[in-house]
Amino acid sequence: MNSPTIPEQPAPAPVLRRQFSLARLRETAIEWALFGCSSVSILVTLAILFVLLIETVVPFGGQLPFFGRVSLWEFFTEPRWTPTFSEKHFGVLPLVSGTILVAIIGAFVGLPLGILSAIYLSEYARPKTRAIVKPILEILSGMPTVVYGYFALIFVTPYLVQPLFHTLLGFEVDATNALSAGIVMGIMIMPMVCSLSEDAIRAVPRTLREAGYALGSTKYDVSLKVVVPAALSGIVAAFLLAVARAIGETMLVAIAAGNTPQLTMNPLKSVQTMTTFIVNTTKGDTPSGSIEYQSLYAVALCLFVMTFGMNVVSHAVMRRFREVYH
Amino acid sequence: MTRKSGIRPAEILFEAVCRAAAWSSLAILCLLVGTVMWKATGFLDWQFFTSFDSQRPERAGIWAGLIGTSWLILLTFMTAIPIGVGAAVYLEEYARDTWIVRFIRVNLSNLAGVPSIVYGILGLTVFVRMFDVFARDGMVTRLAGKHIEAIIIAGIEIPLPLGKSLLAGAFTMSILILPVIIVATQEALRSIPPSLRHASLALGATRWQTIRHQVLPAAVPGIMTGIILSVSRAIGETAPLIVVGAVGFARFAPGGIGSFKDLTTHPSGLLQAPFDKYTVMPVQIFNWVGQAQQDFQSVAAAGILVLLCLLLFMNGIAIVIRNRYQKKLRW
Repeated sequence: MNSPTIPEQPAPAPVLRRQFSLARLRETAIEWALFGCSSVSILVTLAILFVLLIETVVPFGGQLPFFGRVSLWEFFTEPRWTPTFSEKHFGVLPLVSGTILVAIIGAFVGLPLGILSAIYLSEYARPKTRAIVKPILEILSGMPTVVYGYFALIFVTPYLVQPLFHTLLGFEVDATNALSAGIVMGIMIMPMVCSLSEDAIRAVPRTLREAGYALGSTKYDVSLKVVVPAALSGIVAAFLLAVARAIGETMLVAIAAGNTPQLTMNPLKSVQTMTTFIVNTTKGDTPSGSIEYQSLYAVALCLFVMTFGMNVVSHAVMRRFREVYH
Repeated sequence: MTRKSGIRPAEILFEAVCRAAAWSSLAILCLLVGTVMWKATGFLDWQFFTSFDSQRPERAGIWAGLIGTSWLILLTFMTAIPIGVGAAVYLEEYARDTWIVRFIRVNLSNLAGVPSIVYGILGLTVFVRMFDVFARDGMVTRLAGKHIEAIIIAGIEIPLPLGKSLLAGAFTMSILILPVIIVATQEALRSIPPSLRHASLALGATRWQTIRHQVLPAAVPGIMTGIILSVSRAIGETAPLIVVGAVGFARFAPGGIGSFKDLTTHPSGLLQAPFDKYTVMPVQIFNWVGQAQQDFQSVAAAGILVLLCLLLFMNGIAIVIRNRYQKKLRW
């Protein structure tokens, strides 16, 4: 720090006018530089939109964009996705259905697990239990998704799904299938659902619970009929964020859900999700400007719109329906 | 209330179900780690750490991935930390409640929800291909009248566009990790009491002097914790790196620096490395998982164990820093 200098003579009457000085210039420059840093986030959003749009909708560099070559109608109604075949079809439905299939299974596994654990942790658990379970959830949520994919492929399919559905029930099960990927997807989103719901549940004031108990309710009644309804907006927001995360997840499905774009709702079949298509196509060398290359951007745009939309809705739900207690 | 006496079965059942759900996380973690360890037996040895990849599972190793991951993390955080911390300082210390600041805040939370693979596509276009302006028929080629493939600055050949280089990967990764760093730093800054700022300002320090000499030093432990946690996220990130061209099978280290001996024989490789091809651990693991030969599944398991140990180590450091400074500082 600069040492303060003692003025030698009493200061003249203050003039309330900003004087130019190098120090002030420096301060302003620093403020603007820091503002520049924070506006990088806007720049990134604009760049994402720009990049996705120039290959798909707005022509750039004299090339026909993707939707100039493939009509929107075909993109959304054609049931085949065969960009690398000689007879090309660009119907995004098989990819979307694969994505949604895995995400729905994930939601069916992850949401109950996550919300019930959140209720347990905030309403029932002793502090000691919390101190053990919370770090475990943190470890699970920090687990790289390749590891989850490996787990689905090496453990869940051969030791859980195969014995149950093939040996016992006689269905045909592919080596990579939507069900295994979905189950593990549920495990992956569970910590996120749990911690977001727990935040919402903890925000419910004690007085509400105490009023419930004073009326003779049991813990079960208070949890289910007072706390959960009061925290519902937060729980719904958590649900949306988690499903958006499941839709955007890549490595887990690339390893465990397969690589066959097909329009099916059979969870025992191998499917291809939007993310798997992108990662597997970019693994090879697709020449830029080709329609296969542009289809990457069309799929990415579709994915971006879906997840971004869910995020926006989730944040809106959190703001709009949050009950404010005083 | 309709209850007559005793506890309804529904209550016991509900509590049991909730308890089971909460403890299922422990069961899952044990199962997951157990599966990986069981698969990795016999493959995790010293040779696995020190060798490059191989076509034969018993000779394959993760050395290239270890070096690549270290390079990538170093370069990523050299770009992401200054921007991220700067942005957080602005948002916490300077920003007034204007529409643009509100927009930046909302935008940050939305960016955190963008799938990582979309960042991959962004990196592919902006850094790897640079919008194809340097291509044979690109805009720059037409304007300059000749095809530019690289520029040489201080003896370092910088390819244009960046191509599937380490630097392109690092830039992509730093964009991906930026929201995480910003949010973590914001939290650290928020935990510094205003009285500290007031005291400094009252003594005549300017705003920046206050931040630079009082607020930031006090927030360093919190910022460090956040950064280490985001490093561990970056280490496990796979999909965007595959999109921007991290190779799956690598028998080389970036810049040819694969050991300390290489460092003495051709130190200039260090400067060339950011523009070289690379691989990282999770991409190697993904590549092994995709191999037909069964033994490669075990190699992948060994790789996963190394990755998990590294993550555990990073999180351990973060926890130690957090505990240490939480005790020391009492506001």
